[in-house]
Amino acid sequence: MIHVDRVSKTYVSGGRSIAALRDVTLQIRAGEVFGVIGRSGAGKSTLIRMLNLLERPGQGRVRVDGDDITAFSSSQLREYRRRVGMIFQHFNLLRSRTVMDNVCFPLRLAGMPRAQRRQRAREVLELVELAGYENSYPSQLSGGQQQRVGIARALANRPRLLLCDEATSALDPQTTQSILELLRSINEQLQLTIVLITHGMDVIRALCDRVAVLDAGALVEQGTVVDVFLRPRHAATRALLAESGMSAGNDWEALAADVPGWLVRLSYEGAATTQPMLSRISRELQLDLSILQGSVGTIKNTPYGQMVVAANGRSADLQAMIPALDAAGVHCEVLRG
Amino acid sequence: MMANVDWGLLGEATIDTLLMSGFSMLFVLLIGLPVGILLFLMSPGQIMEQPLAYRLLSFVVNVMRSVPFLILLIVLIPFSRMIVGTALGVRGAIPPLVASAAPLFARLVEVVLRGLDPGVSEACRAMGASSRQTILWALLPEATTGILGAIVVVSIALVDYSAMSGVIGGGGLGDLAVRFGYQRYQADVMLVTVIILVVIVQVIQVLGDRWVARLSRR
Repeated sequence: MIHVDRVSKTYVSGGRSIAALRDVTLQIRAGEVFGVIGRSGAGKSTLIRMLNLLERPGQGRVRVDGDDITAFSSSQLREYRRRVGMIFQHFNLLRSRTVMDNVCFPLRLAGMPRAQRRQRAREVLELVELAGYENSYPSQLSGGQQQRVGIARALANRPRLLLCDEATSALDPQTTQSILELLRSINEQLQLTIVLITHGMDVIRALCDRVAVLDAGALVEQGTVVDVFLRPRHAATRALLAESGMSAGNDWEALAADVPGWLVRLSYEGAATTQPMLSRISRELQLDLSILQGSVGTIKNTPYGQMVVAANGRSADLQAMIPALDAAGVHCEVLRG
Repeated sequence: MMANVDWGLLGEATIDTLLMSGFSMLFVLLIGLPVGILLFLMSPGQIMEQPLAYRLLSFVVNVMRSVPFLILLIVLIPFSRMIVGTALGVRGAIPPLVASAAPLFARLVEVVLRGLDPGVSEACRAMGASSRQTILWALLPEATTGILGAIVVVSIALVDYSAMSGVIGGGGLGDLAVRFGYQRYQADVMLVTVIILVVIVQVIQVLGDRWVARLSRR
């Protein structure tokens, strides 16, 4: 649906030029939730703004459904933006207008008659569970409710794409969960493509199908969330995982020094998660296994596990362990042979 | 006690003051509001960024704000004759009053707009609003309370400035205070005119505050 094609952007500030994006190429498929993660200043804000041209690429193209949006005239661009919803970290609602007027705003821009837009606004307010708040002002609502108004406003004009700019970063953990829950159900119910940027791995894990990691303006890694999460390849990704408490870090290294034998990192997903593969291998190959680090959970309905295990036994049995694990659907990386 | 006070004259002067400041405020709004909006829109980083035009307009506004009102009053005599047919009286006082207060008001409007959350502008752009729609449907409504506050400040400044229009026979309370209270040593006239001025200023401020409070209770 979206092809970001070799996009670069450089800002000049105070005589120095700063590369916000360097040669970024990625594809976003219709109907998926695509996350972009990175630290502040990594360029994710610039990247998401390329998708509705709030920022123009310095080089490269952005194609949406085959159209090069960077070639749009200003009226074509306004037309395009009306079909792309966007929600913001600080909600960006009109404080002088009621919830109803805020949600009607994009419909008014689209030229919909008043009665129809009020009808449609009620529908989307219902969808975000804010029915009954039509006549409230944003300042009378909590942060989570304000973001729901933002979501209702973004959905009012039936967009095909929703852009979320750090949509939960200003909310407390509990409210964050409810907003993520809402975005997930919107994605499923409306078959809406969602692109979100965040600095939190937990948001990616809760919501996204695929993820791209930005570091200093460059795209360093992308893939399915489970894949990137279980087998991070780039140092920036590992650091982000560790900071979010999503990886136990390297604690096992200290433990491993006192444990003899092989050291293997296992990662698996899906059906393998619930199989008794460790006890089976231990029994069949007569190996002693000790788990030095591990986590098991689900990422967007996909169960996964990863652990670091020390294995002791006869050399031949240890050699046989790798194919046996492979056969059980477990990815195995020998850390110490 | 109030031996020197000519109540008829005082009533007339009060009406003159109100007429002068009221009509001036009307024209200040008509001129200052668009200029203030333009200043904001053309300033760096805004929707209609025009660095050169912004600096030029900004300079003109500053020059007009630098000229003391008393000088403006005299310099604009030929201009007032051209515009309102006379440089004297209540009518003659309005052009210099507008010329001195409109730039101040324009600056205040610019500051109010600049103080708005830039996210609102961004959200409008993201929703496909044109510049015109962004200004009329979002920025101005958001700035209403701030602009009302600016109107209160400028109205009071106009009541204040109009006192000086006595120099060109403008009339009004300030003129009365100077001619009778000061030059003829009639302390009672001075006292009454000042009290009336205080009341007018208070009424403007209180009404303005209430209006702002009602809008911002939301």
